[in-house]
Amino acid sequence: MAIVYDKSKGLTDVELHFCPGCTHGTVHKLVAEVLVELDVLEKSVGVAPVGCSALSYDYFNCDMQQASHGRAPAVATGIKRVNPELVVWTYQGDGDLASIGTAEIIHVAHRGEKITTIFINNAIYGMTGGQMAPTTLIGQKTTTTQDGRTVEHSGKPLKMAEMLATIDGAKFVERVSVDTPTNIRKAKKAIRKAFELQLSGKGFGIVEVLSTCPTNWALTPRDSLQWLRDNMMPYYPLGNFRTPEEDE
Amino acid sequence: MSKVLMKGNEAIAEAAIRGGCKFFFGYPITPQNELPEYMSRELPKHGGVFLQAESEVAAINMVYGAAGAGGRVMTSSSSPGIALKQEGISYIAGANLPAVIVNIVRGGPGLGGIQPAQSDYNQVTRGGGDGDYKMPVFVPANLQEMVDIMMEAFDIADYYRNPVMVVGDGMIGQMMEPIEFKKPVPRELPVKDWITTGTKGERKPNIINSLFLEASDLENHNLEAQEKYAEMVKNETRVENYNMEKPELVLTAYGTTSRICKNVIAEFKKEGIEIGLIRPITVWPFPHKAFEDIPESAKGILVVEMSQGQMIDDVKIANNGRLPIGFHGRSGGMIPDPQDIILKVREMLGGVK
Ligand SMILES: Cc1ncc(C[n+]2csc(CCOP(=O)(O)OP(=O)(O)O)c2C)c(N)n1
Ligand code: SF4
Repeated sequence: MAIVYDKSKGLTDVELHFCPGCTHGTVHKLVAEVLVELDVLEKSVGVAPVGCSALSYDYFNCDMQQASHGRAPAVATGIKRVNPELVVWTYQGDGDLASIGTAEIIHVAHRGEKITTIFINNAIYGMTGGQMAPTTLIGQKTTTTQDGRTVEHSGKPLKMAEMLATIDGAKFVERVSVDTPTNIRKAKKAIRKAFELQLSGKGFGIVEVLSTCPTNWALTPRDSLQWLRDNMMPYYPLGNFRTPEEDE
Repeated sequence: MSKVLMKGNEAIAEAAIRGGCKFFFGYPITPQNELPEYMSRELPKHGGVFLQAESEVAAINMVYGAAGAGGRVMTSSSSPGIALKQEGISYIAGANLPAVIVNIVRGGPGLGGIQPAQSDYNQVTRGGGDGDYKMPVFVPANLQEMVDIMMEAFDIADYYRNPVMVVGDGMIGQMMEPIEFKKPVPRELPVKDWITTGTKGERKPNIINSLFLEASDLENHNLEAQEKYAEMVKNETRVENYNMEKPELVLTAYGTTSRICKNVIAEFKKEGIEIGLIRPITVWPFPHKAFEDIPESAKGILVVEMSQGQMIDDVKIANNGRLPIGFHGRSGGMIPDPQDIILKVREMLGGVK
């Protein structure tokens, strides 16, 4: 019988701890598949963040470092500068990347650090129990915006992809979603391009992935996907914001 | 080898390079700027990498990444910058990573000042970061000793897989003294088979990590660290006992303050009064034994610091209630005046002698 669906060799056999319906798992699989398909798994070093994906150091079948909250890009910089031939990447949530770690992500882009970042935008702090993130939408209820986020109190959500695309050293910037099979395929393509960029040595690449948090959104997995489409996609448009070709 | 005359901060940088440092990440702050500046110029000539980070926070996390990737790496800063690095230092200790951190201390708290001080004693020995971690903290008193320690520091870090801190007050960073670069006694260093250099398909993934969600795992991790710290206490405690044969009183001071104390001792010698000095060269591990060994002749201990009194707590622990303890401290960049120390000694010896 032909195998039509298989676990990637880029993942270990450790059981993922993500909640049912959480798309962190989907993105893990995509990253693992890309590393295998590009044949770089064995020279990869991933950096896990603080957040629900902290334990991803146990899930990826390559060398890993666990970073302090928000500092994964700095840790990745250290790794890459010691060993430029390695394929170095970070995997970060929106609290990690868009709040506590904004300085670090802006400055890897600023330096054109030859690393790749996978950025999970789920509009909430998952790990700590559903507090407001800088990416939380206006009106969205979280445990620290119980009547919904307001512009007056907290401003409008940060659009990291658009912002990073203004920095010269960020040579590949794309926002994708993993809500449908078609979008999952597109997401994988973008992740692949971001890693190819690193291999070409041209600069920093980041893929922002719109992701779900059924647990803290208090929705079923299926309703979460619909919520993402109805609420996140209009504010966070999918698409490419920078490709290296543009600069040539 | 012949002696050369160098400015403190530059000599520290040169000693680091000669000690095998290949990677430097830092953020500018007075009074240590000549150190990264020297590194930016000289490290690339030795096949190394200098990178100016966007902050001390980023710099120490770059150090973490680089150490985990097997690089011989350091950062340097001064007091407020070290405060920012504390979280990263705790992670480095928690993940068993070797790295060297230089702190050229300035006065605090807050932005404080840029003059020499010793008011970081607590933040360097107690760890500003979270958890039960320790690191060797060296407090040399002159440039030669500073250079000797710097040349050894990377080996010590690698030997224990632990961060090592080297502390100078602003005076050491700025002074010019003739120095000689001497190779340290070689140590047998463990092979770094734990670093993240890519599996190359030849081994299981290596993971650099300080997270242990299982309580018993974290406790075991901490217990293993304690064994390592016990080794450091046994092997790395350093102290100079000066004029300690039959002292009437014992001064204790570290760094440049100890040099002022030696001048005070010379003054008393002219009067035929013997004053001793215990000079910690490591403040962690603290040289407890030197205090236990204080001869019966001594009537008390006078702690002299460029702070409002921080090392005095360790002296009290080491003294364990045996002798009266006095204190003389100046802070904010004010240097202790030998005359004031002399007065304090006389007072402790019981009036004018
Ligand atoms: C310095 C520090 N501050 C706060 C925390 C607590 N903390 C853990 S995870 C997290 C937020 C994670 O949210 P996000 O990055 O969005 O990732 P998610 O869990 O949603 O995947 C916070 C604040 C911490 N571990 N360290
Ligand atoms: S809390 Fe949210 S982000 Fe975290 S694993 Fe569960 S669903 Fe995913």
